[in-house]
Amino acid sequence: MEENQTTSPGPLPVLEARGIAKAFGPVEVLTDISLTVMPGEVHAIIGENGAGKSTLMKLMSGHLQPTRGTVAIDGEPAHFAGPVDAEHRGLVLVHQEILLAPDLTVAQNIFMGRELKRGLMVNDREMNRQSAEAVRSLGADIDPTAQISRLSIARRQLVQIARALQVPHRVVIFDEPTASLTPFETDALLKVIRDLRDKGVAVLYISHRLPEVAAIADRITVLRDGKLIATRNASELQPVDMARLMVGRDMSKLYPEREDTTSSQTVLDVKNFDVPGYARDASFTLRKGEILGFAGLIGAGRTELFEGLVGLRTGHGEIMLNGRPVKFHTVRDSMAAGIVYLSEDRKGKGLLLAQDLRTNLTLATLEKFTRGPLIERKREDNSLDKAITDFDIRARRRDLLAGQLSGGNQQKLLLAKMMLLEPSIVIIDEPTRGIDIGTKEQIYRFISELAKAGKSVVVISSEMQELIGICHRILVMRSSRIVGEVTGEAMTEDEIVVYATGVKINEAELYSAGNA
Amino acid sequence: MSDTKATTTTDTRGFGRKFADLDKTAVAPFLALAALFLLGALVNPNFLSIDNLLNVLTRSSFIAIIAIGATFVISAGGLDLSVGSMAALVAGIMILFLNSGAIDGDMAMLAVGVLVALGVGALAGLLNGAVITIGKIEPFIVTLGTMAIFRSVTVWLADGGSIAMKSIAMRNMFRPVYTGVFLGLPFPVWLIIAVGLLGAFILYKTSFGRHVIAVGSNEDVARYSGIHVNRVRAMTYVLQGICVAIAVVVYVPRLGAATTTTGMLWELQAITAVVIGGTALRGGVGRIWGTICGAFMLEIVGNIMVLSNIVSEYLIGAVQGTIIIIAMLVQRTLQKKK
Repeated sequence: MEENQTTSPGPLPVLEARGIAKAFGPVEVLTDISLTVMPGEVHAIIGENGAGKSTLMKLMSGHLQPTRGTVAIDGEPAHFAGPVDAEHRGLVLVHQEILLAPDLTVAQNIFMGRELKRGLMVNDREMNRQSAEAVRSLGADIDPTAQISRLSIARRQLVQIARALQVPHRVVIFDEPTASLTPFETDALLKVIRDLRDKGVAVLYISHRLPEVAAIADRITVLRDGKLIATRNASELQPVDMARLMVGRDMSKLYPEREDTTSSQTVLDVKNFDVPGYARDASFTLRKGEILGFAGLIGAGRTELFEGLVGLRTGHGEIMLNGRPVKFHTVRDSMAAGIVYLSEDRKGKGLLLAQDLRTNLTLATLEKFTRGPLIERKREDNSLDKAITDFDIRARRRDLLAGQLSGGNQQKLLLAKMMLLEPSIVIIDEPTRGIDIGTKEQIYRFISELAKAGKSVVVISSEMQELIGICHRILVMRSSRIVGEVTGEAMTEDEIVVYATGVKINEAELYSAGNA
Repeated sequence: MSDTKATTTTDTRGFGRKFADLDKTAVAPFLALAALFLLGALVNPNFLSIDNLLNVLTRSSFIAIIAIGATFVISAGGLDLSVGSMAALVAGIMILFLNSGAIDGDMAMLAVGVLVALGVGALAGLLNGAVITIGKIEPFIVTLGTMAIFRSVTVWLADGGSIAMKSIAMRNMFRPVYTGVFLGLPFPVWLIIAVGLLGAFILYKTSFGRHVIAVGSNEDVARYSGIHVNRVRAMTYVLQGICVAIAVVVYVPRLGAATTTTGMLWELQAITAVVIGGTALRGGVGRIWGTICGAFMLEIVGNIMVLSNIVSEYLIGAVQGTIIIIAMLVQRTLQKKK
């Protein structure tokens, strides 16, 4: 472990964590974190998914209470009664998730809970004017009377930032603000953050996009597995060093050795597939033993395309499975044909959090565990034993509820559940979101073994590094369309970003645009 | 957390550990029932007489049987407000059929009459289920509508009055279904046990039961797991309809008639029984035996009020209403501790 706390002479830190720790139940997710934020500085917190960044920020903004240690403002211990209390003291958190009322307008959301009034009535005109101004200062042009539900994810994110900055603030915490933004929007946001800094505001900036961190941060703190690994001046750290500190080992060892398991046999051939509102004219092939990646920004339509393909939502187009045309009216049909889809939303669509492991494991395949009308609990238990061993599911007790497992173990349980269907094509959406690094490695190895066993895998991910690390080929989607394909040496982050954000226009698209 | 507690007390083993592991929300209704027994015995010694208790059990049979069906609907995340009106409608149609003389022989007539009741109940349930799932309308709204429809059709069939069984011979033949005793227990009590066993078997031991809990727990997860969510949800309403019909089969021989007020407010009692029995109104947890216990509790409270002179029995609705609210508060507290 490298401890290297930089000394910052001069003024008092405006916000400080003093040896704070947080445990959920018996699991400690953060251990003894100490860091300072000075006025007029951007302090970036970086780390892998599951390193504890968001938890740390929630502790420092009054959303959660630490189990040990204290948070201090201006050198004085501060015991926040809650996020509102923290806001009153000038501490603002810009959430990663969009927390806006979808049916209200931009201005109504920006001023929610602190409406401007004239007499007894709300002053809509003034709120609209100030909202337009606030949004413009973020480099965007959004109609303040537009309904939130009509805006893109990126624009909602900007509204959320505008709303947060409407509160008088001394410290602003940004939790992965750029996850759904294009490079252009990201640039505008970084400019806003520099302005804040120049006005003497302290900024905590959480991200795992390293180039962006290098561009904006004055100091950088690296978290890994809930521990503080290092705090350094930004000038001392190159992105490569950041990555090494974040992962804690050589990045190349994270991914299994790449083997060319792709055979020449096409198992899935999709032609001109549409999912109304989400995907247009998607055509691609998947071969036996292939690991095919789907990259793109959030909202590009990747999830919806595959939900449409497997029969979870309405879609039209031609699907050839092993050379035969097929139609999946419900997801049962695609399961029967040997295709499974593992949702990115593990907690909302993958597992019954309030039920135990056994119930979850056999839910999609109950008919295999029944004799007559009766479920054979013994066989279910045996199957759970096998799943716990095969997938290395770590549960303190067998009668735990799925919701009590860590993110990584939930993902393993979901994998085990879907593999009981004995699929030949496995579609995994965001396989490692919110999962610790050790489990990530296991899941990558598992995916590569699936391919080795002659199964075909589609990996949908927003983590470009992960796609590059495990896929044989990557397709990139943008605004509902498949816009590019990268293979072999061309599989680089730069190349994918170019397609995902539309900076370089594909020839084919030019051609179709010309025809339109 | 109870987990850490459980591990620290592993040394004591046995009872201590087992007690910590017990799901307290599952036990609470039975403790409350025991408390009511104690209260009843204190208020009036006659309460604990076998005759009185059997009488209470028998009278609770309609609500208990309907509430077993409601346990399925509610565990799957649904709600059925139409059960009371449905009971009146099923009873009305059944008696009209019995009066029609369509089949020779009273016994055969009664047997087919029971089948008619079951069929009408199942169809009425299917109507609820189909409109809710195909029409994608809130169960609350749909069953509020069918509650009015069933009631109104019954009133129309009865011409604003009552529908009574005409044949005295048939009445006498049918009456033992309510008044009869077998091995010391009244027939309706046997029926509660039978329907309870069957309900528990379906809910706890079959894949359909597992699917009901899955759908009530999280409909999306159920759908992504390849469960036919609509089919499962619709089926719970059909089961509810069949349970209503079974209750009617016990109810009709009691009075031999259906009136415009038959089954009035039964939906409230059935839902109360389910909820105080420990089934979660948001779905995902179903407790058949808790529900039956809840139905007993409702009837016992009424019985105690009649036997004592402390509170007017006109306030029985107020007391039952208070019970459901207290039960929810207790459940909430127990769950928080968990």
